[in-house]
Amino acid sequence: MSGFSLFLSVVNGLAAGLEVTVLVTLASLAFATGVGFLLALVRQFTAIRVVNLAIDAYCEILCNVPALTHLFILYFGLASIGVRLTSIAAAILGLGLIGAAITSSIFRAGFASLPKGQAEASLAAGLTPLQTIFEILTPQAMRIALPALGNYAVQLLKDTSVVSAIAAPEIMFFARSMVTSSFQTTMIYATAAALYLLLSLPLMQVTRFLERRYGRLKG
Amino acid sequence: MNALLSVAGLRKSYGPVEVLKGIDFTVAPGEKIALIGPSGSGKSTCLRCMNFLEKPSAGEICLDGERIGVRNGQVMRDRQLAPQRAEMGMVFQLFNLWPHLSVTENVAIAARKVRGLSAGEARELALEMLAKVHMTHRADASPLELSGGQQQRVAIARALAQKPKLMLFDEPTSALDPELVHEVLKVMEELAAEGRTMLIVTHEIAFARDIADRVLFLDGGKIVEAGPARQVITAPREARTQAFLNKIRH
Amino acid sequence: MIGFFAPYRDYGGEWLPLLLRAMVNTAVLSVCAFALALVLGLLLSLCQRSDFQALRHFAALYVTVVRGVPLLAVLFLLYFGLPGIGIVFDAFGAAIAGLALCFAAQIAELFRAGLKAIPAGQREAALAVGLTPVQSFRLIIFPQVVRVILAPMIVTFVALLKDSSLASLITVNELVLTGRAMATEYFLPLQIYVAVGLCYFAIAWPFSVFSRRLAVPAR
Repeated sequence: MSGFSLFLSVVNGLAAGLEVTVLVTLASLAFATGVGFLLALVRQFTAIRVVNLAIDAYCEILCNVPALTHLFILYFGLASIGVRLTSIAAAILGLGLIGAAITSSIFRAGFASLPKGQAEASLAAGLTPLQTIFEILTPQAMRIALPALGNYAVQLLKDTSVVSAIAAPEIMFFARSMVTSSFQTTMIYATAAALYLLLSLPLMQVTRFLERRYGRLKG
Repeated sequence: MNALLSVAGLRKSYGPVEVLKGIDFTVAPGEKIALIGPSGSGKSTCLRCMNFLEKPSAGEICLDGERIGVRNGQVMRDRQLAPQRAEMGMVFQLFNLWPHLSVTENVAIAARKVRGLSAGEARELALEMLAKVHMTHRADASPLELSGGQQQRVAIARALAQKPKLMLFDEPTSALDPELVHEVLKVMEELAAEGRTMLIVTHEIAFARDIADRVLFLDGGKIVEAGPARQVITAPREARTQAFLNKIRH
Repeated sequence: MIGFFAPYRDYGGEWLPLLLRAMVNTAVLSVCAFALALVLGLLLSLCQRSDFQALRHFAALYVTVVRGVPLLAVLFLLYFGLPGIGIVFDAFGAAIAGLALCFAAQIAELFRAGLKAIPAGQREAALAVGLTPVQSFRLIIFPQVVRVILAPMIVTFVALLKDSSLASLITVNELVLTGRAMATEYFLPLQIYVAVGLCYFAIAWPFSVFSRRLAVPAR
């Protein structure tokens, strides 16, 4: 096989995993931002100690244990007690739960960076606390959080490669299976790397644009 | 009388914008010169050209007969400039004390690293300089614990520790709360009385009138008026000088 | 529910030494990789601030590529791919190299942010007092930069520690691989992987807490 047609067949083979890579990325992102936002709201605006402690504990546990371990627990661990998740479901759940912990701290930082006067002015004008949170604070906190979320998304795309270890049929999974049947190891993994890079470039551009527009969150 | 500092044809441009359009003046040993003028007149830029923190676009600056900043027709690099800069003590508007060093270390470090004094000698020198600015009681404090006026006095001690031939002050009280200005001006008065050569950029007109020997009024990058301090400030010859002084007083 | 904890009582004694040894391997791997990453990150940072345009471009390209390529792909390339062109890394070496190459970019960015955070006046005062540029960097700028970036550096170390779990996929005998071996032997993946998670938590959590304390000093 000539060099270029070999390259094309490699790309073709890897592209089979494209769908799942994009699916897992988007689904995890949606899960993470949705749940993370809720967690941030509760943590930032309620004063129930037990709940706050639970949220903090959740974040600590998810942020101090590797994704690979979480995925193995969800995929292999739960299966052994009868809860069989598909590899894609485990992937989305695992990355989503970790992402929720990450995005919740991003959103919290966004809320925390808003001047106190914003909420005070809103309450003084007669808006209820809920209205204040949703009409006044959230839009502003969102804007501030966008660049950090963009960075998270870029990282998430790379992290989906890990789900190949629980047999989710995404790009890296196909790369590994192709390697066992052919001997073009370097070419296959290099092409896979290039494919991820290609996918992440637009995300990086968007993030850079967001950073320029909305500035960088501190910490 | 030989000038300690002589400035001839000083020009400075930032790209297409010319900030200094030809400055000439001399400073005799022991003389105190005040540079006054509106914002944007180039007075800080002029001062910063003296020790080449700004590199002039043209002109000659000589300290004690030695050409500053240029060797063999080439502008010197920072490493080569170090010994010349050590001869001039600079006090900045924002103090620029080093927060990770104690007050004494701030004052002593140059003596140790530039002049090679031992730790003990440097500390002794530092305490001596701190005594001059009445700050020995905070010798081991961190700069972050001090008020603005105290920080600026330590900054003055730091410059004095260089045993400089010339002291440069870049709006030393402009960043201070009003009630802290006096303590810094008092120290500068005491230094002036010692006979030090001082070049001071300032907005404190009364201070300039009382302490300076001569005043240079800068506007739009040129020296509009120069003369004895009392005369320039109480009876200026140029209309622009008078206009500026009126604005400051009101 | 109690059934979940039973295996710990039954096999804890056997598991503990295995896990402890694996923890040491993980720790050694992480520390070595981080040390190398610091060196590479410093070099990269120098390139970023170099007077030579070629070096600056190289640094920018490096950072972009590393941001977009998954660590897993890098590890596979180093361990499985390089032998194809004659360079053979042992698993541990490949893991250290891969982790260091990827995290060097993050560390360089930390250095950059740290330097930016030091006001220009600090250097000016140092030069004005007669210190040379080298002295000014060594005595005035660098100590302050270290203070500023210490907390984010520790956070980066924790991230590297977590990513060291990927070394299990190139046969390095660290925590996750040990866990997998144990899971195949004892058929108790849930309990074992949870124990693995606890081990990571035990190492990472103190660092996370410490970094937060550094970032918000008690005044």
